[in-house]
Amino acid sequence: MSTDNKIILQINDLSVSTDGSQILNGLNLTVRKGETHAIMGPNGSGKSTLAKTVAGHPDYLITSGKIKFLNKDLSLMSVNERSNLGLFLGFQYPIEIPGLSNTAFLKAAINAQRKFFDLSDIPAKEFLIELKSKADQLNLDQSFLSRGVNEGFSGGEKKRNEIMQMLMLKPKLSILDETDSGLDIDSMKIVAQGVNSSRSKESSTIIITHYERLLNYLVPDYVHVFSDGKIIKTGDLELANELEKKGYEWLTQEK
Amino acid sequence: MTNQQNKEINEFLDKNYEFGFTTEIDSETLPPGINEDVIRIISSKKNEPEFLLNWRLKAFAYWKTLKSPDWSQLNIDPIDYQSISYFSQPKQSNAPKSLDEVDPKLLETYEKLGIPLHERAQLAGVAVDAVFDSVSIVTTFKEKLAEAGVIFCSFSEAVQDHPELIKKYLGKVVPYRDNFFAALNAAVFSDGTFVYIPKGVRCPMELSTYFRINEAKTGQFERTLIIADEDSYVSYLEGCTAPMRDENQLHAAVVELITLNNAEIKYSTVQNWYPGDEQGNGGIYNFVTKRGDCRGNNSKISWTQIETGSAITWKYPSCILRGDYSKGEFHSIALTNNLQQADTGTKMVHLGKNTKSKIISKGISAKKSQNTYRGLVSMAKGASDSRNYTQCDSLLIGNKAGAHTFPSINVKNSTSVLEHEATTSKISDDQLFYCQQRGIDEEDAIGLIVSGFCKEVLKELPMEFAVEARALLQVNLEGAIG
Repeated sequence: MSTDNKIILQINDLSVSTDGSQILNGLNLTVRKGETHAIMGPNGSGKSTLAKTVAGHPDYLITSGKIKFLNKDLSLMSVNERSNLGLFLGFQYPIEIPGLSNTAFLKAAINAQRKFFDLSDIPAKEFLIELKSKADQLNLDQSFLSRGVNEGFSGGEKKRNEIMQMLMLKPKLSILDETDSGLDIDSMKIVAQGVNSSRSKESSTIIITHYERLLNYLVPDYVHVFSDGKIIKTGDLELANELEKKGYEWLTQEK
Repeated sequence: MTNQQNKEINEFLDKNYEFGFTTEIDSETLPPGINEDVIRIISSKKNEPEFLLNWRLKAFAYWKTLKSPDWSQLNIDPIDYQSISYFSQPKQSNAPKSLDEVDPKLLETYEKLGIPLHERAQLAGVAVDAVFDSVSIVTTFKEKLAEAGVIFCSFSEAVQDHPELIKKYLGKVVPYRDNFFAALNAAVFSDGTFVYIPKGVRCPMELSTYFRINEAKTGQFERTLIIADEDSYVSYLEGCTAPMRDENQLHAAVVELITLNNAEIKYSTVQNWYPGDEQGNGGIYNFVTKRGDCRGNNSKISWTQIETGSAITWKYPSCILRGDYSKGEFHSIALTNNLQQADTGTKMVHLGKNTKSKIISKGISAKKSQNTYRGLVSMAKGASDSRNYTQCDSLLIGNKAGAHTFPSINVKNSTSVLEHEATTSKISDDQLFYCQQRGIDEEDAIGLIVSGFCKEVLKELPMEFAVEARALLQVNLEGAIG
């Protein structure tokens, strides 16, 4: 197999188990630079498991198969190394870290990435200017910057904070795990607009979602449907539209 | 000189110390054991006036009637007081000749703590010479203090040069009858620090830099006395972030602070004594009595402590709020890891009217350590309209650490107001994973979370130390997870 420099994420025959149960069963997926992939599927089908496995969550064990990120074997990299190289996970349930301000947190994250590439710390002024502008873009009040990470945030604010962090870190691959769940229409539009603003030929996005409506804003190149730990169908936005009308059973029964 | 010759000489010198008391009166070490003769020798070696010798002897007589206290949460192996040597000069022969001879791990720790290069040699025990410029720093410092009329010297020097001040104030805040360790200290204290700030003087510099450079090695039974006369101010910092080893296991110091009308003393401590190995062996016992007496109206004493070392930390820096409108503050971070134990807190005793006290205690316990906060807030009948605010927070890391809180409130009037808040939280795996997914490695993540947890206390430290203190917390949390 030749090395395709356009491939950001290459997953081959991936099987993953957690807590004694096998969740992913021989999954295959290729994501190239500049592409947006959507992943849909019933609960328990392995969508979140995929996200967490790629991120390197210790509870998830790769029992067979391989994942390559930027042509590097992921299993050789620690969680924070993967992030430094440009992997971002938008959490389904972002956790609160009281006492650690959003500002201090983001600064540490950005500086960790810069250190990885032998760069010096980001100048304070430059950091604050960018932070404030991104906060505005995501409609997050300036006061939140001094509050603890996600501390006392509503569900919508937490999801917008995820996207704000993504915009600050400028990842090569973002995996957004149900970023739209629990969001009202306005918040969803803000999130979609935020994600769209960061799209480029060099970066890619994987959006995990149940709902077609976000995809109408983010227009994916591919839509994959998960079932029982593997992809059972791949299509485009039209596939998502059909699922909205017919439900997952239409596909899972067909199998 | 060859290595072999060096080795032989060192061995010979070592032997000398082993056999203790030699024939000459000025030589180094007394054999172990405590009795009246030992105390007389200590006092005469220091050329002390009669009143001080008598005070020591009375303290010793009282100490003999006491039993070691056992009410704490601490698990302490019994101490054999007859096996301790109560007077010894600093050892010279084994001192490293340069940084090249110092344990590289120790140097690595200095690096992590951000200790200035010119101080590392001193801290490692390398014999200091003029090249390091420490001599000129000290000289400039002394000149500035002399100009302001500030007295800042060793306790022994103060006994010689200012015996009237010693006689007036020694033992008035912590009398030898106060507790077991105070009695022992009063009998055998070796040396310590004396500070006197004259009326109306704001001490021109933090009494910390000097201390860090020159007092890297401390004695077992130190005695510190700080007096701030009317309308004066001083900020004093003891200890250092560098890990400190000592052959002596027990450290029972006494610190007495006195503020007269409108005066203020800010006393900060950073302590990183050797905590013992991972099995808990060989660590230092830090049993210290610290108390401040706000004698004057509108006077203020604040204690800030960062305790990260020692096998066992047992101390309650306290304030007696005697003067009307006087204020007492206690800010503390106590970190325990591995098998360390801490039983620490404060006593705020409100006697005067409109007195205020504030207590912010942050306890962090990791691995199998035990961390206890013990606080007493008492308001006497005459302490009308007094106020206290107490906040004690515990942070647990891992599933085996323990945090305990024993707050005690004793109010004897109906106009006092007290507020108490307490939280217990844990650093969860999810929080760590979240930080790591944003590129922050696990150790840095713990450091950040702990730092955030402690920030209210960290901001009370003199600025130069706040940065080191953050690094100190992180270094001492190494290996806290898993």
